[in-house]
Amino acid sequence: MKRFRRLFEKFIEGILLSSSTITSLTVILIVLFLFREGLGIFNRSPLEHNFIIAVSKQNPVQDLSSDQLKAIFNQDITNWSQVGGKNDSIILFTVNDITNYFTEEELGASLEYLPQKLNEFIVSHPGALMHISDKNLPSDFQGHTIHVKNISVKDFLFGKQWYPTSEPIPSFGIWPMIIGTFLVTLGALLIALPLGLATALFLAEVADIRLRNIVKPLVELLAGIPSVVYGFFGLIVIVPMVQSTFKLDVGETVLAGSLVLGIMALPTIVTIAEDALRTTPRSLKEASLALGATRWQTLRRVTIPYAKSGISAAIILGIGRAIGETMAVLMVTGNASNVPHSFLVPARTLPATIAAELGEAPYGGLHFKALFALGIVLFLFTIMINLTVAYVRNKERK
Amino acid sequence: MTRKQLSQYIAFSSFTIISLVVVGILFVILGFIIVRGASVISWEFITGMPEEGMTKGGILPAIVGTGCLILGSMIFAFPVGVLSGIYMNEYLSDNWFRRFIDFMTNNLAGVPSIVFGLFGMALFVNYLGFGDSIIAGSMTLGLLTLPVIIRTTEEALKSVDDSLRTGSLALGATKLQTIRKVVLPVAFPNIITGLILSIGRVSGETAPILFTVAAYFLPNLPHSIYDQVMALPYHLYVLATSGTNMEESRPMAYGTAFVLIVIVLLMNLLANFLRKALGKRVKM
Amino acid sequence: MIQAEAKNVNFYYGDFHALKDISMTFEPSSVTALIGPSGCGKSTFLRLFNRMNELIGNTRLEGLVTVDGKNIYDKDVQVDEIRKRIGMVFQKPNPFPKSIFENVAYGLRVNGINKKSILDEVVESSLKKAALWEEVKDNLKKSAMALSGGQQQRLCIARALAVEPHLLLMDEPASALDPISTAKVEDLIFELKKQYTIIIVTHNLQQAGRISDYTGFFYLGSLIEHDKTQKMFLNPADERTQSYITGRFG
Ligand SMILES: Nc1ncnc2c1ncn2[C@@H]1O[C@H](COP(=O)(O)OP(=O)(O)OP(=O)(O)O)[C@@H](O)[C@H]1O
Ligand SMILES: [Mg+2]
Repeated sequence: MKRFRRLFEKFIEGILLSSSTITSLTVILIVLFLFREGLGIFNRSPLEHNFIIAVSKQNPVQDLSSDQLKAIFNQDITNWSQVGGKNDSIILFTVNDITNYFTEEELGASLEYLPQKLNEFIVSHPGALMHISDKNLPSDFQGHTIHVKNISVKDFLFGKQWYPTSEPIPSFGIWPMIIGTFLVTLGALLIALPLGLATALFLAEVADIRLRNIVKPLVELLAGIPSVVYGFFGLIVIVPMVQSTFKLDVGETVLAGSLVLGIMALPTIVTIAEDALRTTPRSLKEASLALGATRWQTLRRVTIPYAKSGISAAIILGIGRAIGETMAVLMVTGNASNVPHSFLVPARTLPATIAAELGEAPYGGLHFKALFALGIVLFLFTIMINLTVAYVRNKERK
Repeated sequence: MTRKQLSQYIAFSSFTIISLVVVGILFVILGFIIVRGASVISWEFITGMPEEGMTKGGILPAIVGTGCLILGSMIFAFPVGVLSGIYMNEYLSDNWFRRFIDFMTNNLAGVPSIVFGLFGMALFVNYLGFGDSIIAGSMTLGLLTLPVIIRTTEEALKSVDDSLRTGSLALGATKLQTIRKVVLPVAFPNIITGLILSIGRVSGETAPILFTVAAYFLPNLPHSIYDQVMALPYHLYVLATSGTNMEESRPMAYGTAFVLIVIVLLMNLLANFLRKALGKRVKM
Repeated sequence: MIQAEAKNVNFYYGDFHALKDISMTFEPSSVTALIGPSGCGKSTFLRLFNRMNELIGNTRLEGLVTVDGKNIYDKDVQVDEIRKRIGMVFQKPNPFPKSIFENVAYGLRVNGINKKSILDEVVESSLKKAALWEEVKDNLKKSAMALSGGQQQRLCIARALAVEPHLLLMDEPASALDPISTAKVEDLIFELKKQYTIIIVTHNLQQAGRISDYTGFFYLGSLIEHDKTQKMFLNPADERTQSYITGRFG
């Protein structure tokens, strides 16, 4: 009987142990799946699967960067000499162009003669640049494929262009989103920090205790209002307000995002900062007051320094939340994919991009993978934030 | 007035004014939506299907969908969260393992909700093959709230006086008996409160359900856990940004926002009420 | 001459009547001990003299409290000015998490004195008065939190002395200390009374007997007896004082 009970206790303990590992497991799985899908964007050609760029065998050009390719397709580059080849003008050829050169009879009812015709084309047009599927290549192909420079982490992070669906070469530069996220968050902090901290100071040290006990729970309640609701309010009130105040063409701007995000962050900042201020022992405050310090001096010289690490942890956590906030920002910043150069232009953030585009990105495609790579960037931001918070809290303990 | 008194006067007055403004703004927002939304609310709105391109009718499928998601996520997250909270507070001493789990839990709590969306899509929708479904969405939301439930459980257990534990152990009760008979009953009201508050949070999350379950429009209510559903927060997003006729669907949007706020308010009230009611019972 | 006085004082925490019609005077350069069972209102009474009770919401005071002949609850009195003139030492040592030097200099700094030479001088003399100088003079930059409990309490006394108070309030200043530190603090109080008027709350009757000139006995919010310490201990007028002193309750 006793042995049975001990076994039973061990069994329950095992269940408890396994439950407590689920969070760690989830974090590991998140990393695993994000990287599994997201890393696929790097170190591979920016062409969609199966597609290649081919040129004539006589063409000395062996590789091209995606910028060069884009320039060629935009007709900014029209001569091979501009990319290190012979002086010969570039003839663009994609599968869609095929009917300009060959009739349907020539290609066959089910395109069975297509490979052969491609061969003929490349032989007769030494200056051609072909963007085709490798399934259509004849076995005795008379051209050679061009090696397109892989997408590097650097291009991804610092690239200024995000055209994930442009043909034939999409661009996956997330610099506009990084700057957008940074600006929106910065603006939100500039709004929320002074206001939130002042309110926390008021509640903790100025307000009558009865007033505080009414206001604090209400503020906490506001922290629970869903972000779509704030976004909705932003869309119908703040966006038009921004537009008319600054006489803009569109009100959906970085500023609108910052305002909405700042307002949303207020309850959280007030709550956590007020809690932190409350950790200062009463005896220290009394000691200060008893020496003739005013309440304001006590606040500045004793209470705030004591609560400093708690307040900083709150601020850093707030930044983390702001960076990750999706819906409200998505609804009010206009989602333009240019690098924003001021607070009064539309912009997009990392999370908003994922939310807006993942639904339309074909599963497993480059665009899909790129969005997961965005997720990795966001996730790494979060880890950094958490390490910082852990560091600040650790310092406090000492 | 001396200089230091003057500076106190200036500082405190500005704090007071700023707080008034802050609290004012927050309540103006809340009031704005409540006032506009309340006029839309009717029996038909709560129990009807969306009609005429979602410019008329009701939001029943979204309410039902959100209900399913709350239920689904809580069935998963509540037991797991409470059990691991118990393990972390009652069994683990302050060693590397506990610090590791703590760190991971904090990390999970900090992961942006859209990343949960990505993860849920990759794992539940694609890898496990659930497709866009209630189960995929619920699991995603459940994982998202797990840290919150763990933390509130831990807090609740921490506030139980240690003398109760030692007292029970001294009487020869085993650790498990002590937890079940002594610690949990005392901590119960606060644990329940945490649970209810996290329901409020789950009901309003949009980003995690975008790619795991939420549907733009569905003419039917769900039949199984492998069905897609509409959900209130996503419905509000759709009505506000991409409805077929945004001007005409505006009243529907106000109504939906109102319902979302009411859910949060109700959960808060319920949590407060239960904390008081159950707390009293424990004391007796 | 009278340094401090309470006249017909009643004090309420909400509905709770904590001090009942208390009148008491304190002479300059004297030590008065307040004794009585736990919860009888000693701390509440002590804290009336630097208006510390105001920090708690929902309290009410009736009667007159004067220091140096001035009603300290008068409307035109600035509370921080009052508190500057009245030092307080608490039950648990509560140094600020700052250096030893900054702890002692705190009271001067908040009153607008920041000149290095003055601060140096005052810190040294205050630490000397608190009999701590020899132990810390080489480590003034060290954190006060690194001192022992007894040293911390003497630091808190030095901190209170630095603003040159007229009246020193001490709420069980030695109750958290070991016997040796307690003896040091008692010696210190004995020294200090040459210059300061001291009111001290204590649970330790021997201590009250050793260091005080006068003793007041509080019971359930009332002042039962107030007299010369020797008279109180040898020949108390009230039966309840007698029982308390002989250890029958409290
Ligand atoms: N902040 C407060 N709110 C309400 N009642 C209080 C408060 N502080 C003290 N009291 C009550 O006032 C009475 C006197 O308290 P006080 O602290 O003055 O007693 P004391 O004589 O100093 O006791 P001790 O020897 O334990 O320190 C007590 O009954 C106490 O419960
Ligand atoms: Mg006391």
